[in-house]
Amino acid sequence: MKHLKWSVAAVALIGWGSLASATETLTMWYHGAGNEVESKIINQVIADFNASQTDYAVELQSFPQAAYNDSVTAGALAGNLPDILDVDGPNMPNWAWAGYMQPLAIDESKIANFLPGTKGMYNGKLYSIGLWDAAIALVTRQSTLDALSLRTPTLEQPWTAEEFEAALKAAKDSGKFKYALDLGMAWKGEWYPYAFSPFLQSFGGDIVDRSTYASAEGALNGEAAVAWGNWWQHLFTEGYAQADQDGADRDNGFGAGDYAFSWNGNWAALGALKAFDDTVFLPAPDFGNGPKIGAASWQFGVSAKSAHPEGAAKFIEFALQDKYLADFSNGIGLIPATPSAAAMVDNYKDGGPLSVFFGLSNAQGVLRPVTPGYVVQAKVFEKAANDIAHGADVAATLDAAVDEIDADIAKNNGYAAQ
Amino acid sequence: MASKFTQSNRTGWLMAGPAIALILAFVIAPFFLAVGFSFTNQRLVSPHPAEFTGLSNYRQLLGLGVLHLDPLTDAAGAVVLDDQGQPKLPELRKITRKNPDYPQFDGMREWFSWSSGEGRTYVLARDVVFMTAIVNTFIFVLVVAPLQGGLALGLALLINQRLRGINVFRAIYFMPVVVSIVVVSLLWSFIYNQNDGILNNILSAISFGAIPRIDWLGNPSTAMGAIIFMSVWQAVGFHMVIWLSGLQTISPTLYEAGAIEGASKWQTFRYITWPGLRNTAVLVLVVITMQAFGLFSQIDVMTKGGPLDSTQTIVFQAIQRGYGKQDISAGSAISVILFVIVLSVSLIQRYLTREKV
Amino acid sequence: MAQISQDNRGLRLVVRYTVLCLIAAIFSFPLIFMVISSLKPSQQLLADAHSFRALLPVGDISLNNYFDAFKRAPVALFVFNSVLVTGVTVIASLAVCSAAAFAFAFVKWKGRDLALTVILATLIVPFETIAIPLLLEASKLPWIGLDGITWGWLNSYRVQIVPFIADGLTIYLFVQYFKDLPGELIEAARVEGASWFAIYRRVVMPLSGPVLATAAILKFLVMYNQYLWPIMVTQEEQYRPVMVGLQYFFQLNRAWGEIMAYLSLITVPVLAFYLYLQKAFIASIASTGVKG
Repeated sequence: MKHLKWSVAAVALIGWGSLASATETLTMWYHGAGNEVESKIINQVIADFNASQTDYAVELQSFPQAAYNDSVTAGALAGNLPDILDVDGPNMPNWAWAGYMQPLAIDESKIANFLPGTKGMYNGKLYSIGLWDAAIALVTRQSTLDALSLRTPTLEQPWTAEEFEAALKAAKDSGKFKYALDLGMAWKGEWYPYAFSPFLQSFGGDIVDRSTYASAEGALNGEAAVAWGNWWQHLFTEGYAQADQDGADRDNGFGAGDYAFSWNGNWAALGALKAFDDTVFLPAPDFGNGPKIGAASWQFGVSAKSAHPEGAAKFIEFALQDKYLADFSNGIGLIPATPSAAAMVDNYKDGGPLSVFFGLSNAQGVLRPVTPGYVVQAKVFEKAANDIAHGADVAATLDAAVDEIDADIAKNNGYAAQ
Repeated sequence: MASKFTQSNRTGWLMAGPAIALILAFVIAPFFLAVGFSFTNQRLVSPHPAEFTGLSNYRQLLGLGVLHLDPLTDAAGAVVLDDQGQPKLPELRKITRKNPDYPQFDGMREWFSWSSGEGRTYVLARDVVFMTAIVNTFIFVLVVAPLQGGLALGLALLINQRLRGINVFRAIYFMPVVVSIVVVSLLWSFIYNQNDGILNNILSAISFGAIPRIDWLGNPSTAMGAIIFMSVWQAVGFHMVIWLSGLQTISPTLYEAGAIEGASKWQTFRYITWPGLRNTAVLVLVVITMQAFGLFSQIDVMTKGGPLDSTQTIVFQAIQRGYGKQDISAGSAISVILFVIVLSVSLIQRYLTREKV
Repeated sequence: MAQISQDNRGLRLVVRYTVLCLIAAIFSFPLIFMVISSLKPSQQLLADAHSFRALLPVGDISLNNYFDAFKRAPVALFVFNSVLVTGVTVIASLAVCSAAAFAFAFVKWKGRDLALTVILATLIVPFETIAIPLLLEASKLPWIGLDGITWGWLNSYRVQIVPFIADGLTIYLFVQYFKDLPGELIEAARVEGASWFAIYRRVVMPLSGPVLATAAILKFLVMYNQYLWPIMVTQEEQYRPVMVGLQYFFQLNRAWGEIMAYLSLITVPVLAFYLYLQKAFIASIASTGVKG
């Protein structure tokens, strides 16, 4: 913003004549600090954009991911947001509702072929767009499937609840693994709703009633939800999975052969392939309402306070080129947002080792609840899932979660628009 | 003291003025702002302006109720038994959730309960997690204050001897104090690691496998204990040094007199050392208590309040609501409640440790 | 007889040193673990953490983690920022708080008791609980600088320094210490016509070495370990301190070797500084602590 003021002052000083050729500075915040590869790619995109035209110059400020959301909130409170910011998909409605972001004016046709999870729609308007999506698979080894004589599930024919149960039991009974299933319990925070609420949805429940977004009653404590809770709890009481996991076990346990199955994202897929060349990525099991995984990753949007939304949109449009989608995918292993970009990436092109994730994202991806209240609901769900895993009474825990979510919605006037 | 030499309004305000102004601006003003927030529905993130809501945040946090349930009876008036042959009680959730007959209990949950007569008496709380946080915080303070103070005194006595190289030991015992609590918490997460962390390995080795491996931070019955141990480990060196200073101010002639009278070691401590440490004891107690009430970083890094709320604390809840759940008004109300609690405790401490003339 | 008591004393000495060493082991092993781990590749570090190898520099030992840490984050910048912010705050705090304590301890003035009571009450307010109101306030404060009056303190060193200069605990420490200084010294200086400021500078401060050191250490530790506040107020990398820098290392797949290297990097200088000053530290804390 300071730079903006300077350039405005510069324009005023030069005055007549040169107004049209002045370059406006656009500030941008991004969550990639500390990730060398990611920083390099985003810097390249910005450099290319700045070289491609003279109207705008984008300037980047990187934040460590773990502190990014807090920084944006603090920046917004202090009236200090940049022009362009990146936002984790499920947080977007909250920021849009709060007035941090404005609708993103880019050509709809440009994103027609983008994966559904990359489009940040709220109240019927596009606010953010992702260059990639992420997807979760049940990671295992072909040799494990063979040894336990398990059918290899497919997108068309995923495992049923019974098949999944039998697989876990077989893995446990084989005695070859410390635990049958690595759920990633070590990754506290957004991982819980992202990775585990799709199970709940597959059971027929949800974090909140999506028809109104006015209550969680019935969705999170109805019959389907309680069935999910009981199933979730039995994973731990049966000893299939550990309720408390060490971060190091999460990172290295599968590779070390401690787990038969690992519920993990595509970003960890290359590591798994490196550990075992017969690693396979299986689709989510179907618990009755179809197989589901979480969708939406980080996306770009325009801050509400930006004085140059058209410039910001122009930059985002520029970044949506297939070659950048491919660069990000090559660099950090994410799923390119378009089929044409996927074809440019060795891992994701047809027959590539990770191409299965493109199909998973397309076929099974479910957005987390698209409501400003999601930020709170995610925390409530995380606590409920964690408590149930540690043996809390299922019905009482889910009731309490519903009460907390409903109280929050009420406290925010139903999260009505301003 | 109040002679003409010591009276000067101008000097007083001139020298204390900067500090007073800074504290007013950066501690007291924000604190009163927080007090103000606690009477509204102020959000961290919202397009809506805050509204005055009176005491509702406090009611929500502190609301309690007592309910007695009698066993269900069938048409004949006989007590209905459940599968285990126990008298069957009405379902609590049917009473506390949207039941028009019990509006006063709406939204409450069981905090704790006990059998009474045929039925059961329940203490209900509107915010069970916060109640748990208050209890946990008090447990932490009540354990840590004497434990840390006592161990520190023991270390001080140990280190207060004339031995070659004693300064090296002094330095080592003080070392954890200078390491950030965040760093300490990260390291101890490794050490406590469930199955094969360093601690379990050491315990297993020195007991020849007799001590079972424990998931220290993942078990509700050990998590708070593990955090207490680590907190004491980190801070005890500081209080050791304060005790040490107290020890060194006790006149050696007193000890000589004691030796001549043939006092035992215990008598020497009881009648010479301890009375000489009175002021020190007050300082140590007050400082530990204040710090213990602020328990937050360890929780945030290691357990996030879990498992099953066994490590929830007041400050962690204040932060969790204010930032995590974007509810500044509830977070502020918690801060005010904490302020009142600590103020009361320190007034009580002051009364109990007053000079008895 | 003499022989036996000699042996006895020797045995007691052995016991004493054994106890001292055991306790020393308890206090130092986590830090040894940290430094040793920083020399190992992440995979080995995690495998070793499951046994006593965690405390031994065995296997693939190198400084690679340190080089990688410098590549991942501007470590030197973060350390510089922390040292600058900490240093300035400590010095300013000593000046402002000791002057205030002098006024509280030696001078009688209207409002003194009330002011002291209020300042002591602030000891009870945990910083976390006032952070957001303070952020709202700091974002609107004026500042007079080279480019005239500007509004808002975000993204600066001053926003990390000024709010922390005066605090109740530091003032309390000074007041307690000053109260035990011989009052006759002050009276005598007044009789001789010395100004208050001269007494503060020439009589009281020279006697205050111990309390200055204590207050400096306490403030240093608080400031160097700041985390929540800098996250809220430094959107630009150039102002970030070490604890915010730690977040650069918490990527999805954590590079534990680098994390240990970074932790060692930011901790070892403080430890070294402490060891260097330890005699003064302990002597000073020792001589102020007693006056609670």
